[in-house]
Amino acid sequence: MINEISYLLFQSVLGITFLACAAYIVFFITRKKEVRTIARWILIASGILQTAYLISRYVLTGYTPVTSLHEAVAFFAWASTWAYLSFRWRYTVKNFGTFVSLLIFILLVISASVSRKTAPLVPALQSRWLPVHAGVSLIAYGFLALAFCGGLMYLLQERELKSKRFGYFFSRLPSLEALDQLNSHCLTAGFLFLTFGIVTGIMWAHQAWGTYWQWDPKETWSLITWFIYLIQVHQRITVGWRGKRAAVMAIIGFCAVLFTLWGVTFLLGGVHSYAR
Amino acid sequence: MPAERILLIGVNHKSTPLAVREKIALTDGYKEPLRRLAEIPGCREYYLLSTCNRVEILLVVESVDYLEEALIDFLFGGSIPAEKCREYLYIYYDNEAVRHLFLVASSLDSMIIGEPQILGQLKEAYRHASAHHSTGPLLNRLLHKSFSVAKRVRSETGIGSSAVSISYAAVQLAKKIFGSLQDKKVLLVGAGEMAELAAEHLVGQGVGEVVVANRTLSRALDLAQKFNGVAVSLEELVLQLERVDILISSTGSSGIVLHKDQVKPVMRTRRNKPLFFIDIAVPRDLDPALNDVDNVFLYDIDDLTNVVELNKSERAREAVKAGRIVDEEVLKFLRWYRGMAVTPTIAALRKKVDDICRVELERTLPRLQDLSDNERRSVEKMTMAIASKILYAPLNFLKKDSCKHDTNVKADMVRTIFGLEEDDK
Repeated sequence: MINEISYLLFQSVLGITFLACAAYIVFFITRKKEVRTIARWILIASGILQTAYLISRYVLTGYTPVTSLHEAVAFFAWASTWAYLSFRWRYTVKNFGTFVSLLIFILLVISASVSRKTAPLVPALQSRWLPVHAGVSLIAYGFLALAFCGGLMYLLQERELKSKRFGYFFSRLPSLEALDQLNSHCLTAGFLFLTFGIVTGIMWAHQAWGTYWQWDPKETWSLITWFIYLIQVHQRITVGWRGKRAAVMAIIGFCAVLFTLWGVTFLLGGVHSYAR
Repeated sequence: MPAERILLIGVNHKSTPLAVREKIALTDGYKEPLRRLAEIPGCREYYLLSTCNRVEILLVVESVDYLEEALIDFLFGGSIPAEKCREYLYIYYDNEAVRHLFLVASSLDSMIIGEPQILGQLKEAYRHASAHHSTGPLLNRLLHKSFSVAKRVRSETGIGSSAVSISYAAVQLAKKIFGSLQDKKVLLVGAGEMAELAAEHLVGQGVGEVVVANRTLSRALDLAQKFNGVAVSLEELVLQLERVDILISSTGSSGIVLHKDQVKPVMRTRRNKPLFFIDIAVPRDLDPALNDVDNVFLYDIDDLTNVVELNKSERAREAVKAGRIVDEEVLKFLRWYRGMAVTPTIAALRKKVDDICRVELERTLPRLQDLSDNERRSVEKMTMAIASKILYAPLNFLKKDSCKHDTNVKADMVRTIFGLEEDDK
């Protein structure tokens, strides 16, 4: 029973998110305010459905759904959605929703394309640390994904302004200042969660294996990612790194995030490799 | 059509790149160029317009032989090869020339369509030309007409409402860079009218502070006072860069005022906060390489065209309407111009008087019922005789070869006295 509900929930999440994304793209093209309002409500509905799906998955498996690739990516999408919605609550960045909803939809499609089988939790992961460590890390990824979208938009807009050839994007993208602010906020939030995720990981490792750090590929790459973001945060505070450089760094950082999430699992293995 | 021709020759932002325009911009006022124009044989009336986007000469000439070459030489002064000149400039005759002048006056040929400054510049140029006594009846009439066409276009179309000159584009760009302009600071380098207008717009959009740097401090002080700002000397320019966000440069300097190497270190002290440079001077004040610096955005006057392109579709409809008005006015002017010749003036004068006689007779005769046919004919004859007697002197004046007056002046005078123009409308 719960199995069917869970399945239906995921399918509807996919459908609703597709609608939200389509509505945002229509808004991007037509710039009609009513369309944006509709798109926003659809995305909120998608966020609620995603939450429901994760709960159903929890009920189904009995543990926080972050262990298989399908679950991790779905959780990633969920974190991005709510990071965006919480962000949106505070201030608007023109057409940001279009880029973010597209990213969320892509994540959900990836999540839909891999195996959704549930498996009993391997003993190593049976811990109260699991939801904290993995959940916090994925929330961090959610914010960093927003910074990535913002960085992409910044580069597009900056190119129009510098080349002085105003194409399709110029009037549709927000001001550089707004995008830079966005980068700063998402980076700060993302970096805090990421740090917290790594710290909880260290503590869990100590509890489970007796060592704080064992240079597992995933750990190494997390550290590399963390350093990339540390440099950004540091440079922004000390010498005021901003604009193009910050945007490029946000994109590089997010690539490192994606590699840590997938690349490591597929290419390098290690204790973090969950069910493929 | 009279024997003389109307000729318009010039370069503008569409025909000529900024680099070439810089070379021919007349920075030293109107006096000297007007004097040089007077030396070209064959120009009966002439007038010269020079703005940062265009240099145009409008002439009434007797014959066109060799004149084009002489004028090209006047414009370019040998600064670029003669065979290249013709690619850059446009030459219009008669109705084409009139049409172009009307388009320019009503700001349809401007870089920023609908900007109002051009009309002021046109009037200024006309003032110089008439002070120099270089305009005659034809150009006086033509230029005055162009002012009224501009007014008509402005009041009957929405062309002026959406964009007001360079400053509108500047504000639009500044908003894309800074988001809100609240508490941003703007520095005016050079205290020209253009800079003042741009600053007015920025202040209207909420810019917090205006700083004016000018070679003569008194002028800077005047302008600064207007915006409740501060005046600084040009030597402080680089120092000021640390605290302002937008810089509008419009000095009359012939060289670069601000180099890339001067700005790069400033970015460090600014903690990379973006800087927006607007260079509305011709020749340019700011180093074009500035645009390569991170977080620095440099726009010169040509770049602003691209911004204007964005607003094009909104204005296209209004421009069509304005174009129709211009066409209409060109036709009206040409009708007048043809009438300038003596024969049509005589015909028009005769017709007018005959018409008056006819109308009055038609009104009076039916009331005089007890008149015999003979008496009636006498009254008609008398009316015609009075008319002919009155017309005798003016017609004689028109026909006589007088060395005192130009035929154009005579025709114009008679047409004005007898109100022949109103009948054309």
